[in-house]
Amino acid sequence: MELLKTPLFQTHRALNAKLVPFAGYEMPVQYEQGVIKEHMAVRTAAGLFDVSHMGEVLLKGSDALRNLNYLLTNDFSDMASGQIRYAMMCNEAGGIIDDLIVYKMGTEEYMLVINASNRHKDIEWIKAHLFGEVTLDDISDQVALIALQGPLSEKMLCTLTDTLPEKNFTFLLKAHIQDIPCLISRSGYTGEVGFEVYLENQYAEKLFARLLDAGKDDGILPCGLGARDTLRLEASMPLYGHEMDETITPFEAGLGYAVKMDKEDFIGRTALVSKAAPERRRIGLKVVGRGIVREDYEVFSGGEQVGITTSGTHCPYLKGAYAMALVDQSCTAPGTMLEVDVRGRLIEAEVVPLPFYKNKSAAK
Amino acid sequence: MNTPKELKYSASHEWIRYEDETTAYVGITDYAQSELGDIVYVNIPYEGDAVKLGESFTDLESVKAVAEIYSPFTGEIVEVNERLETEPEAINNSPYDAWIVKVGNISETEALLSADEYDALCNAED
Repeated sequence: MELLKTPLFQTHRALNAKLVPFAGYEMPVQYEQGVIKEHMAVRTAAGLFDVSHMGEVLLKGSDALRNLNYLLTNDFSDMASGQIRYAMMCNEAGGIIDDLIVYKMGTEEYMLVINASNRHKDIEWIKAHLFGEVTLDDISDQVALIALQGPLSEKMLCTLTDTLPEKNFTFLLKAHIQDIPCLISRSGYTGEVGFEVYLENQYAEKLFARLLDAGKDDGILPCGLGARDTLRLEASMPLYGHEMDETITPFEAGLGYAVKMDKEDFIGRTALVSKAAPERRRIGLKVVGRGIVREDYEVFSGGEQVGITTSGTHCPYLKGAYAMALVDQSCTAPGTMLEVDVRGRLIEAEVVPLPFYKNKSAAK
Repeated sequence: MNTPKELKYSASHEWIRYEDETTAYVGITDYAQSELGDIVYVNIPYEGDAVKLGESFTDLESVKAVAEIYSPFTGEIVEVNERLETEPEAINNSPYDAWIVKVGNISETEALLSADEYDALCNAED
């Protein structure tokens, strides 16, 4: 199958990005400076990402809210327009079909932002379960998504617009960056202050160029999926297909805060009632021995396998090797020493609290 | 891409600098480091370890991937570059200075490539 291209494909080419296949798209994994410099730019200045591969779906109608509350784990009843809420979509067994964020666009209209790799699966699942007066509209192919992340991102955006969402996890529906109409959201996937801008494909190249220009004296760098992954790992944010899949429940993944068991019934609720105290749970590991721990490595305690890693690499800002893992409940206490099988070599790792990295000012 | 003329190369992207007929330094090429991206860990082997023609004798890791390092000859590791333990990025910054091992008592050697032949191979891979 031929790979899809985002509207920023030519921009990536011109910036000498290294392009790789990801979720059916040809995406930049890194630009000329490399993953570590891009990662550090986001932690200390700002980084600019093309994440147009993400899926966007609109749900509209007088029963949109009831459908969301039935399809997803979180409760959207008390949400105001302009707010964003994280949730998971579960199967009947309580396994995670996808994780997503929900934008309340208006009283009877919501936008769901879903993982590119799950887009078609999600839409089929949603369509199969919709009821009442509601319509689904997949707008993914018309919408570009550009993320500007980092402590200087607000300052850079302020040179181009005077209307920005002030609170974390809120958005402005009909905003402008200079003459470009867009939705500006204060959100992201890096653990830093940041913004995500949704706009029509036709404006994507222009906005990307203007943002790079607005940040050029402050150290902005274009960032690829490589840095996106190291940043989210360092900030201990789960990624679908790693910390979550259809065999892992939200409680095992440590995402119980986004599951509202006391709202009306939702898909997976019955199964989750008996799974509220899981036998395995997501933990953080700091590698103490020499080496890098990656995903799908077996985790041991006293010679017995107690779990498996779900993500891991070198974290550039913390300057060390870190991993997340799903392990037996008995091994989850911070300070517990475990061993990881790194291609036949056992290396020591310590259970540490999540997140590995937290920027306090980002959680405004 | 930088491919010094005075070195020899393997098809698996190692460079080889002979000190004498049976002793040589081995590292990875500029092309290899550029493909791997930021290198964050070198699994330094031990002096005295035997290496065998065509077999992996250690690995190194970039942020993105693990790469095996293959020995272009049969011999014995007589020295390791311990600096790479704390400065793995030296391979990115200066791949032809950042040797990984020095191999002695070389007996069997694979057919090595000249700089021109190696460049042609990389161009074909791109």
